[in-house]
Parts: sequence; structure tokens; C-alpha cells
Amino acid sequence: MATLVLLETTATNLRNSSLPAVTAARELAKHHGGPVVGVVIGTSVAAAAADAARFVDKVLCYDNAALSAALAETWAPALAAAVKETGATALVASATSTGKDVLPRAAALLGAGMASDVVAVQGAKSFRRPTYAGNVLTDVEVTTAVVVCTARQTEFAPAAPAAGVGAVENKAAPSVDALGSEFLALHATKSARPDLTEAKVVVSGGRGMKEAANFKALEELTDLLGGALGASRAACDAGMVPNDLQVGQTGKVVAPELYFAVALSGAIQHLAGMKGSKVIVAINKDPEAPIFQVADYGLVATWESTVPQLIAEIKKVKAA
Amino acid sequence: MKILVPCKRVPNPELKLKVGGGAVELAGTTWQVNPFDEYAVESALRLTEKNKGGERSGEVVVVSIGPKDTATQLRQLLAMGADRGILIAGDDAALDADLVARTLKAVVESEKPDVVVMGKQAVDGDDNQVGQLLAGYLGWPQATFLSSLILAADGKSATVEREVDTGVEQRRVRLPAVATVDLRIIGKKAVRNEALSGPDVEWEDTQRLASLKGIMAAKKKELKEITAESLGVTGGMLVKTLRHESPPVRKAGIKVASVEELVSKLRTEAKVI
Repeated sequence: MATLVLLETTATNLRNSSLPAVTAARELAKHHGGPVVGVVIGTSVAAAAADAARFVDKVLCYDNAALSAALAETWAPALAAAVKETGATALVASATSTGKDVLPRAAALLGAGMASDVVAVQGAKSFRRPTYAGNVLTDVEVTTAVVVCTARQTEFAPAAPAAGVGAVENKAAPSVDALGSEFLALHATKSARPDLTEAKVVVSGGRGMKEAANFKALEELTDLLGGALGASRAACDAGMVPNDLQVGQTGKVVAPELYFAVALSGAIQHLAGMKGSKVIVAINKDPEAPIFQVADYGLVATWESTVPQLIAEIKKVKAA
Repeated sequence: MKILVPCKRVPNPELKLKVGGGAVELAGTTWQVNPFDEYAVESALRLTEKNKGGERSGEVVVVSIGPKDTATQLRQLLAMGADRGILIAGDDAALDADLVARTLKAVVESEKPDVVVMGKQAVDGDDNQVGQLLAGYLGWPQATFLSSLILAADGKSATVEREVDTGVEQRRVRLPAVATVDLRIIGKKAVRNEALSGPDVEWEDTQRLASLKGIMAAKKKELKEITAESLGVTGGMLVKTLRHESPPVRKAGIKVASVEELVSKLRTEAKVI
């Protein structure tokens, strides 16, 4: 039967963060034997639904003035209605903040079992997922007729467009009741840099950066490499950088081609968010710092004595 | 204001885990309150206080599902200042997020709190589901991943800030509701009950420790032990755990002696710059 995938959009486009969910849905669909059906929810999202249709067999579009904010109170009933109407046996989303908020509520409405933040699809109802801050991989099996899961974005490749463009079917939303919940504002972090979860290079600073002003040096390195800036929880908690830069178990999970960990000890909770990176570079003055146990290249030195020289050296080889 | 705070005990997250024969070896571990839940208790206490250690109004009830010795963790929370505890007999191996949520729903229906405040996830299972499931089962609004929670003076709504992928989102929710908290909820100005305190109130940016007086007082506080059956909870798990294993170990690489050597390796060996 059909596999549904929640496709998050802007007003006009499918968000890149949903492309890993499409890949996970395609894998699940092999076991479930039906089409991959995208679900687009929002206000005036016809253009976005058309864009999303390039990736799936069909799009169900819940376009309603009351659905503009991604409130679980209104989006979960729309997803549950879509599952019931199509007789779908699987519902997937990327493990974005919206996916993590909305999918469990949809699972409750469906009485369905859910696997969170899965890293592999192992069968129609079985998944592999990290637990204990990524120190354990746990295989789980959902026992209900409908299975719900969120997919970890770094573990499923972004989907390419499908061979054909799917049809878009407009659906009337079930009675929309936000239960008094109201979106007020989004204070977006403005950055010209790529998204932390999508960047090819991530430069993260830890507690050893000592103060916010010192992150300027890391920003220069970041921009030189066209990367995104990250940080450990300790650096975020100390107020050096905003919390949405946090990489780790309780922050974002990243897997870039190149990860710099600067003045960052590498607590288990931080490693949980970056050890899937292809190449890890650690710069730390403490030779015993746990970060060196996962680093491909380690340099025992202070950031002050290293980062400016690193910037100059990279400029030199790039110019050569 | 009555606040229910569901709490889970978890193995000490700083200890190295042994995984073998498809299972996580937990014998001999030390147990503690899930850090996010401890922050939820701290938040709940702040919502019932005029200021730090000041006049209180309201009740904080902590509830956990676990084996008998989970009483130790609940007593710690009572020593922090929670008023009352409920321990529902249970075993992690026979629980999934859904069954926990349905059990908590029964607790909510009997306790009738104004708001449920809980951690966004337990750091052992890392599910991040129970709060959302509970809100779904109750038909209540949900406010997840909170970095701020301000209760309106009339006790009928809350203004919250949520940690989302792109920044911080502000919402208003009607009470009763389920709130799940992120780490920043223990910020100096993150939590406030407008019925009790003004915008100048400031807290310490960490959770409180139990005082000796608190520990003594906790011994006399009510800690009720009940069963899920007595709450009328039926049915089993929807998600079975099949096996656990250790992830592949990432090999430590090499130490380089200089920045020049590092850049050269990144250029010619790893080919990433």
C-alpha cells in the first residue's frame, strides 16, 4: 500500500530538508509495494505542491488559510486523514523540528507505532535507530498495521527528481482546530552561510573559544571554505553563539565532508552529532581530549596559535 | 496552578555503555533523573514561585514509571522542592513511548493538572515522542522543545519560545497543554508565572540542588506507589525492540605536527580542500 511522506515547503518550493525523507519513503515503498505519495500542507502552496510533485508519484495538497503555520494541532489531523483516505501503510518525514513535533501526534491519532530518527530501513516495519546519544544502534519493529517514522537527514541521501512528475490532488482539510495554539513569530537566525545540516564543511568551536568575539576567527575560516559554523553545547550554553548552531545529541546532527572541531573536547553528546562526518580535524591544546579519538587529523595546539595560520595556509594553497 | 512533571530515570549518560549479545548491559550502572526532566522540574518549581526561594503558590507533582527503586530519583525531586510523587510500577523492557504516553494520559485524567511540563526526550531511548503522543491522546495543545515558558496572569494561556531548526519560534498556547522543554529552559529569564512575578524576576541559570532542609522535608512528602492496571491502562507495546549493538568504531587518525602538514594532508591525502 501507499507510503506517505510529509513534504515541507516554502511558498513556492520543496524544502531540501525533506529530500532525505523522500529517499526513506522510496526505500519503505519497496517493502510496502505501493506508490510514494507526498503530502504538502500550508496556505497558498499550489506552486510548492507542483515543485514537490517532481519527486513523488502523487501529491496530496492540503491548502487552507488556517494551515500556514506548522502547528502539530492542525497538521497531525491532516496527515492522519491522508493516511486513512489513501489506505497508506507508512508515514514518513525528515527528522526536522517540524517532523519531530508533528509525526508523533499523527501516530497517536492513528494508533500507530513510531520509530524516531531512523538511520536505516530494514524491512516493511523494521528500522535501525541510534539510542544512548548514538553510542548504541537499536533495531526496532513496529507492530501496527500503519508504521510511522522520522528519518535522520544525514543518513538518507537527498532524493533526485523522479522519472515522471506526479499529479497534484487538492484535498479539503479536515475541520481545522488549532486548539487555541497560535504562531506569533519566527526569529530566524540570519546567515548567508549554507544550512548547518547541508553544508559540505562545518567549523565548530567549543568551550575553549572562551568568548563570543573569538568566534570571529572561526567565522573567517568557515567563510573561506564556504562552510557553516557550528558549536558544542558548552559554547552555546556559555552564550558565545546562538543555540541553533549546536551540534550534538540535543542539537543538530551533521555529516559534512570536512568537520573542524576547534577548542572542543568532544563529549559523547557532541560526538553523537558529528561522528558521521567524512573527514574530522581536531585542534585542541589538550592531547587527551576525547575528540582526538575520532579525528582523522589531530593537531595539539591552542586555537590562537593555529587558526590564523590555518587561514593563511589555506588561502595559499587555494591560490596556488 | 497544578503542574504535572513526568520524569524518567536513565543510566548515567557519562558512563561508558557495554553492549553485548544484542543487549545493553545496565547491571551496575548508576541511575539518575533524565537531565531534560530535571530541567522540567526546575521550570515547574519556578512557575509556582514568586522568585528564587520566595513565596510559593501552586503544586508540582512528579510522576515516573519504573521499578521500585525509581523511588530514589523521585525522592531527589521532592527534595528539590516538588510537592508530591507518584511511582507507577513498570519495567523499561515492557514499555514503549506509546504505552508510557497512554499511562500518563490516565494520570493526567485523575490528577487534572493545569499544565504538563516534561523533558523533550530521554537521553537513553532518544525517542522524543512521549510529550507529543500524550498531547495527541488528550486532545490538548502541545508546545515542544521550549526555551522559554511564560504563563499568563489569568492561568489560561502561555507564551512560549521553541528551539526550531531555523531559529527560535514564538507561540501562544491555551491551557491545559503539554509542554516539553529543551536545555535553555533553565536560562535566567526563561520561565515565569505572570500571576506571581514581574518581568524583572531572574533565576540562576542552572537547576537547584536539594538543600539539607529539602532532603529532610522530602522524607515526609507523599510518594504514592500504584500500578498501571489501577489506572485502567490496557494493551501492549506498538514498537518492539529487537536488538542493540555498538556502532562501528571510528578509527582514530594521525596527529600532525604543524598547520602546514595539516593543510597539506587535507589537500593531497583527504582531498577535501
